[in-house]
Amino acid sequence: MRWLPVLVMAAFLGLMLYAGSGLPEFGDPNAPANTHVSPVYIEGAEKESHSPNIVTAVLADYRGYDTLGETIVIFTAGLACILILMKREEE
Amino acid sequence: MIRDEYRSIIVDTVSSLLIPFIQLFAVYVVIHGHYGPGGGFQGGVLLAISIILRRICHGRERAHGRFPPHLALVFAVSGMLIFGITGVLPLFFGAAFLDYSGLPLFWVHGAELRSLGILIVEIGIGTAVFGTLVAIFDTLSGERW
Repeated sequence: MRWLPVLVMAAFLGLMLYAGSGLPEFGDPNAPANTHVSPVYIEGAEKESHSPNIVTAVLADYRGYDTLGETIVIFTAGLACILILMKREEE
Repeated sequence: MIRDEYRSIIVDTVSSLLIPFIQLFAVYVVIHGHYGPGGGFQGGVLLAISIILRRICHGRERAHGRFPPHLALVFAVSGMLIFGITGVLPLFFGAAFLDYSGLPLFWVHGAELRSLGILIVEIGIGTAVFGTLVAIFDTLSGERW
């Protein structure tokens, strides 16, 4: 039974490597990631949001949900830090 | 933990000279996010760095006189509110959540309005990150709330 986890891990490693060999090449212009939303963002950022910096247009406009989540994560981390480490006056 | 002044006239003078420029550059990074590298997260961190530099170099009394610890939480919460309200407001004017073209600023239209929405959101992010980082630093340095 001790070797069962090792066998399972080896099987998953093999599966990962097999699946990884089927991924598109890095930077392949015909890859699905580069044919659906990327052209829309690259062509539309300047026209639709008057922002020459495409990164800002994607970050704050097209992917606004993501940025809202990121900001909430930082804010929650700060609140948790304060709640765990704060010293109260009466101590 | 940070109790008295760091007794060195060099550190004191250099940090006093640097802090206004760091703050100016932080505001530039937030506002200029449309045109170059930068944005709310980076600008907020730079603003927080200027306050933390004053905390470290000038000692508790002087630094807290300029920027009390409770103000940091006010900044963090108001930054989150700016972002949240900018997201929710378009819902009442017939647009989707976080769709800035539905913001109720009727004298700008279309792409200009979305550009303005990005700017408002970046300012909100910057304020939230700034307040959160200063609050984390104050808590870690043993501040009593």
